[in-house]
Amino acid sequence: MQFNSKVLSGRRNVIITIFVLVGLVFVVRLFTLQVTDQHYKQLADNNALRFITQYPARGMVFDRNGKLMVYNEAVYDLLVVPRQVKAMDTLEFCNLIKISKETFIEKLEKAKTYSKVKASPFVSQISKEDYAKTSEVLFKFPGFYFQTRTIRHYPSSIAAHTLGDIGEVDQKQIDEDPYYALGDYIGKSGIEKSYETDLRGIKGLKVVMVDVHNREMGSFREGELDKDPQAGRDIYLGLDADLQAYGEKLMQGKIGSIVAIEPATGQILAFVSSPTYDPNLLVGRERGKNFNNLLKDPMKPLINRAVNGTYPPGSTFKMVIGLIALESGSITPGTIFHCNGPGTLPIKCTHHHGGSPDLANAIENSCNPYFYEAFKATINNSKFGDIKKGYDYWHDMTYKMGLGHKFDTDIPYEQNGNIPSRSYYDKFYNKRWNSLTIRSLGIGQGEVLITPLQLANIAATIANEGFYYPPHLIRAFGDSTAIPDNMRQRMETGIAQKHFKVIKNGMRNVVEGAHGTARRYKIDSISAGGKTGTAQNPHGKDHSIFIAFAPVENPQIAISVIIENGGFGATWAVPIASLMLEKYIRGFTKRPELEQRMMEGVVTYKEER
Amino acid sequence: MTDNRNHIIGKVDWPLLLIYFALALIGWFSVFSAKYDEMHPHIFDLSQVYGKQLLWIGASMFVAFLILLIDAKFFNAFAFWIYCIILFGLVAVLAYGTATKGATSWINLGGGMKLQPSEFAKLGTALAVANYLGRLNVDLGKRKTRIATYAIILLPMALVFLQNDTGSAIVFVSFLFVLYREGFPGSGLTMLLGVLAVVLFVLTLIWSQQTMYIIIAALFALTMTFHLIGKRRYWMRIVVIYSCMAAFVFSVHFAFFKVLQQHQRTRIEVMLGMKDDPHGAGYNLHQSKIAIGSGGLWGKGFLQGTQTKYDFVPEQHTDFIFCTVGEEGGFKGTFVVVLLYVALLVRIVTLAERQRSAFSRIYGYAIAGIFFVHFAINIGMTIGLVPVIGIPLPFLSYGGSSLLAFTIMLAIFVKQDANRLNIL
Repeated sequence: MQFNSKVLSGRRNVIITIFVLVGLVFVVRLFTLQVTDQHYKQLADNNALRFITQYPARGMVFDRNGKLMVYNEAVYDLLVVPRQVKAMDTLEFCNLIKISKETFIEKLEKAKTYSKVKASPFVSQISKEDYAKTSEVLFKFPGFYFQTRTIRHYPSSIAAHTLGDIGEVDQKQIDEDPYYALGDYIGKSGIEKSYETDLRGIKGLKVVMVDVHNREMGSFREGELDKDPQAGRDIYLGLDADLQAYGEKLMQGKIGSIVAIEPATGQILAFVSSPTYDPNLLVGRERGKNFNNLLKDPMKPLINRAVNGTYPPGSTFKMVIGLIALESGSITPGTIFHCNGPGTLPIKCTHHHGGSPDLANAIENSCNPYFYEAFKATINNSKFGDIKKGYDYWHDMTYKMGLGHKFDTDIPYEQNGNIPSRSYYDKFYNKRWNSLTIRSLGIGQGEVLITPLQLANIAATIANEGFYYPPHLIRAFGDSTAIPDNMRQRMETGIAQKHFKVIKNGMRNVVEGAHGTARRYKIDSISAGGKTGTAQNPHGKDHSIFIAFAPVENPQIAISVIIENGGFGATWAVPIASLMLEKYIRGFTKRPELEQRMMEGVVTYKEER
Repeated sequence: MTDNRNHIIGKVDWPLLLIYFALALIGWFSVFSAKYDEMHPHIFDLSQVYGKQLLWIGASMFVAFLILLIDAKFFNAFAFWIYCIILFGLVAVLAYGTATKGATSWINLGGGMKLQPSEFAKLGTALAVANYLGRLNVDLGKRKTRIATYAIILLPMALVFLQNDTGSAIVFVSFLFVLYREGFPGSGLTMLLGVLAVVLFVLTLIWSQQTMYIIIAALFALTMTFHLIGKRRYWMRIVVIYSCMAAFVFSVHFAFFKVLQQHQRTRIEVMLGMKDDPHGAGYNLHQSKIAIGSGGLWGKGFLQGTQTKYDFVPEQHTDFIFCTVGEEGGFKGTFVVVLLYVALLVRIVTLAERQRSAFSRIYGYAIAGIFFVHFAINIGMTIGLVPVIGIPLPFLSYGGSSLLAFTIMLAIFVKQDANRLNIL
């Protein structure tokens, strides 16, 4: 078959007809679909999506014996997606959730500024009753929905500084870590902060379709976009909840701290900072108000004095002086320095022990002149060449003993403390200084500052006879993940064990010797070693300080106690430490009168400037 | 013809180019709206697909401009070479291509650039067919000519089919228009039979095999009755035709249930309304219809769509871009787009008829057919008239390869048309 060109060119019309016909079919179909058929408009209204964040259960926290310290409670947040909000009875809505109309408008505007299509928190932490009432009629208010999540609860109301708190993330945190969204909670202090990424778990997501009556119509695309939340890790602390509670009771009415460490592991057994507060105050809708009150309190209960307070160590520093003097060969255990009692120069002795002591005696009697001489002998030791090098050696050794620096484990807001460097003295005294200029270092006064945690660590180091594990709060994760390496690293002081034995012996005499400064509080059938301190300070009466460990043969606990402006070490710190040791080792104490006197005792803080 | 450069602006067919610009612009805004993200509210943001689409539009227009500067005879002269290069690309993609959504049709060029050779295969085939049939010595009466023509079309079609890109392979059916226009023996009949086959296919599935046999038998009896009354002698042919119909119905049943894959079967069933499955296989179509249907007469307004904003419609910036037009532009918007396409097609055919060279005319019909099939299948699928077949809507859908390929197709034709008076 052949066609002439005219016929063929006529076929153009057939083709054009097909094109136009298909176009017409489309137009007709589109007209019915878009204009005459209302069905699809309804379906579109029912086609709203809701992205529900599935908050994981935050990890729970237990003490060393498995006692629950922190758990979760369900609360309800009301969220809004501004674009899905339709005309509604605003007044009824405001009454239900107990806000004013002005607040309503303000909150909605704020949500719109954040995003028109993403959910914003509208009202947080609605009570169970309001939740029940509102959710019944929520279908009248499209665009609003509830989301369940959990807040923290602290059953025994102790260890506020250790456990810390959680609060809403701020914009900076959202910008820094895309995991967080507006309204999320984040650990703000304590272990909630240190272990935030372990405790928080991983958020999940549920995408559901919502109809025009604000009813959830099942999951979107068969749950293809959904993600299950992953619960956070549980944490077991080294803390002994009973000991902690006991310590907090003993510290009532006093300002100061107690830090107890298990020497063999570096785990913190008790971490008391006084005054303290009920951790349940910083939970829920009252959090902001309570936080401000605590912040304004002149006693500063929010500060964790155990790591944030720095104190002159006073006589508790004498073991450090003695150990370095022994290790450098500047003295021997038998070395005797002359003591003339209160008349001794350049540093007087505050005790009447009579005669000239050896090292163990000097510790038992807390003899100031002895340790000034020992310090002098160390930094002036001829093997270093000159005093500057001698001082550098001494400074290095204190560093190795855990002084002048943070441990950087899992305790937030640690302070360095202060062991002055050589360059500090060079600058301050224009390079003209000698052992006499810096004599107060020898008795733990002057520029030396130590945190209670560092002080407890000194006690633990002596108990261990030469090493320590960086003090930390965690004992284990609930899922047996290993705790960070730096907390399991044995730190060596570089001082021979035999020197520690001498010091230990001296400390034992402090508690058990005839002249010991802590002899009045010897614990029945439990051996202990300790050292009192009475630290002069610019804030008034001396601080009462005591460090100790027990039992001497096999130390299970090392402790530091500081009572600000408590006077002599033996007045407050010794009895409190003694009770803590007994409580931990025996499980109870045999001295109820002492216990009562300590708990009821009030040491008021007097600012004398 | 060195003076072309100076006169090209005056000679190009501006109506055609204006339609092209309008569609590309609508496409860009639709992609922006479909993928709009509050974090990146700027339409020029190159990190987003809408910014990239602008880059592709710019690149395509630049290439189009270059084509207008090249000598018009180039494309006829090099048609077979271009065709061969593209065939080579199709083979390469089978060997080295990366799979996306089940189809192995992409070649990775590195640096995030991907090329889809199948988009260019249509262009190459159009050039090759135009070149071959446009030769003066070609005799359509010879069997050799017919076989060669079919081979030119079926070879790339088979290669695309092997990539598992069924949609793009189906587009090659569009060459029937060219063959019909050029008087290819049997092409008109093929189209008629094709329509008849589709009707039988659909009816068989809707009404079941048995019903169809009964209807065919009834029609056969009726025809025979009239035939015997008229005392004509074509009864043999009638028997053959009806037997073929019955055989076809049987094979449809067989093919549908034994040959087609499950997802293809489901798509057809959903399209025919045999299955109502808004959450499963019919999900795309269901959501697509909701998006378009909720647009109303005037649409919800630019960026105001709720269905497309929430990703209810999958692939809404590529194959389902028409949903955004439908939801935000309403019937007003869809009408304009359909009108623009019909105008484009009619204009191409009209211009093709005024060509002096057979190459230009045949090429014009070839691309008109390609555009038409894309237009018919893509829009047809979004409104439920055609089963879901994933091919882009020319100039509107997001995608560099397709936009570039369609632009080149059109630009070559505009160049041929601008040059038509130079051909003696």
